[in-house]
Amino acid sequence: MRNETILNACVLLGLLAVPLWALRVDEPFIITLATKAVIFAIAGVGLNFALGLGGLVSLGHAAFFGIGGYSMGILASHAQSYTSLMDWPLVIDGTNSMPLIWLFAVLISSLFALVIGALSLRTSGVYFIMITLAFGQMLFFFMISWPAYGGEDGLVIYVRNGFPGLNTLDPIQFFGICFALLCIVLFVVSRIAKSSFGLALGGARQNEERMQAVGMVPYRLYLIAFTISGAITGLSGALFADLNRFVSPTMFSWQMSGEIMIFIILGGTGRLFGPVVGAAVFILLEYLLGGLSEFWHVYLGAILLGVVLFARGGLIELIVGREVAHD
Amino acid sequence: MSLVLLIEQILNGLQFGVMLFLMAAGLTLIFGVMGLINLAHGSFYMIGAFAAAATAAATGSFLLALAASLVAAAVAGAIVEMTVIRRLYNRDHLDQVLATFALILIFSEGTRWLFGSFPLFLEIPEYLSGPISLPFGIQYPQYRLAIIAVGLLVAAGLFALIARTSIGIQIRAGESDREMIAALGVDISKLYTFVFALGAALAGFAGALIGAIQSVQVGMGEPVLILAFVVIVIGGIGSIKGALLGALLVGLTDTLAGFLLPAAFGLIMEPSAAASVGSSLASMSIYVLMAGVLLFRPTGLFGSS
Repeated sequence: MRNETILNACVLLGLLAVPLWALRVDEPFIITLATKAVIFAIAGVGLNFALGLGGLVSLGHAAFFGIGGYSMGILASHAQSYTSLMDWPLVIDGTNSMPLIWLFAVLISSLFALVIGALSLRTSGVYFIMITLAFGQMLFFFMISWPAYGGEDGLVIYVRNGFPGLNTLDPIQFFGICFALLCIVLFVVSRIAKSSFGLALGGARQNEERMQAVGMVPYRLYLIAFTISGAITGLSGALFADLNRFVSPTMFSWQMSGEIMIFIILGGTGRLFGPVVGAAVFILLEYLLGGLSEFWHVYLGAILLGVVLFARGGLIELIVGREVAHD
Repeated sequence: MSLVLLIEQILNGLQFGVMLFLMAAGLTLIFGVMGLINLAHGSFYMIGAFAAAATAAATGSFLLALAASLVAAAVAGAIVEMTVIRRLYNRDHLDQVLATFALILIFSEGTRWLFGSFPLFLEIPEYLSGPISLPFGIQYPQYRLAIIAVGLLVAAGLFALIARTSIGIQIRAGESDREMIAALGVDISKLYTFVFALGAALAGFAGALIGAIQSVQVGMGEPVLILAFVVIVIGGIGSIKGALLGALLVGLTDTLAGFLLPAAFGLIMEPSAAASVGSSLASMSIYVLMAGVLLFRPTGLFGSS
């Protein structure tokens, strides 16, 4: 077994062990932290699909995170008030069912990712970074000034949504749901990365002309990747909203996009487990540094700067050394 | 809707645009000359505003405050360039985005640590406070008019610097072929530090000017930074001319959309609905403008691919 595979297994086991230990010593707060790390990891895996595999530096992925969050918020708030979301052309009622909310979140965020991607991918390089940032901001400002769902104040959902057969209000059970979803997402992403589509996408990232020469259309590959990426990040947004039982426009903020990107860089760009390691370390840093100083962002910034400047492949590379990316 | 109100809004848009230009000029220069995306540019804006507010509080002089903003931002820019940015020139944009994002965290929290979380205030100097009478019976704040004038002067100075001086020639040469001008004996690392400090100083100056209209607080740079990026993307990255045109376009679009859209929707909707739909569309308008420009010109108005 390669070192990285061993490390990946340790990371998953560690993510599972910490909340189980917390359950034993009765520290629900730690379970919540672990859940947050798992949810952020899903968001990072989503962005990494576009960024690591496709080389698309999107600084607007908070858009999909927020759309996922509001999918939950809007559906649950309608269920809470017994009003329908839409009466025409077909009746859509609110719902408290997590699987339905996830389906909705994934559908809507992939739809948005398809449209935003189709427009943004006309540009490349810095322009791509900036136009994705701009779309994210567009949705951020739209959400702030749209009073129907709370505007700037956001939406509070009083009871966490349900999952058949489970008590989602129990922290460890909700953690289990999120952890299972992370495993499924990791499995699916690794399969896609190894599929002919994934290989073609990786090829397009490395040399667009060559891919074109063998008859591929890079634009189409990128667009599919961007859409899948948005869908995964949207799913994590729905989970995050359920974790907090609250959604607000800050989920759309560009700092959120930056944070999702931090998970990837911290762990290692283009590696399947890069965002998982990154998100876990980020949450750990937030917790430890936050306890250390009110101004913990200074330390976070310094650590991040150190990683970017001196540990270019991220933490995974620091531990296992350079190996082939994303396989 | 009266003509007077419309002209006032156009002037507001110009003032906003001129301020955006001061921010965008540095961003676009730094990208054009060094190929670097600097997300921390908004921090220089904030540093300028804080330096100005602190100096004005200590000395009571607005001109000294402006000078302090220039110096503080330029020094901060030079230090950042020499310690961090220098290592990023040969990296891809992703690393640059991340490292400069980290700088934002450090600068914002550092400023909060130094000055606390409460906003500071910078007073408009007495000789510029109060309105001035313009033709058509328009009363317009003198200070905002002064910002437009100063901003346009700085823009002219910047164009002269780039077009006429030997440093300008070096900057332009550095944009097209850095190996060649290094071979010709130009100290490229000094040139880069200079350009970076110049960009930072312009941002700091903008921060100080706006600090007298809004409050001076941590995080004030980020919204402006994003708008400045929108500006340079619309104008074409690396083009000062594009930055000026883009800044004025964005400034006018933002101000006029906020003014005209609610009124326009008021013609077909009830007033309260019109106000909320209008204002939500208005806050999106510049991003719609940017997406529109990029759809037709993927590298901006004056950009080269």
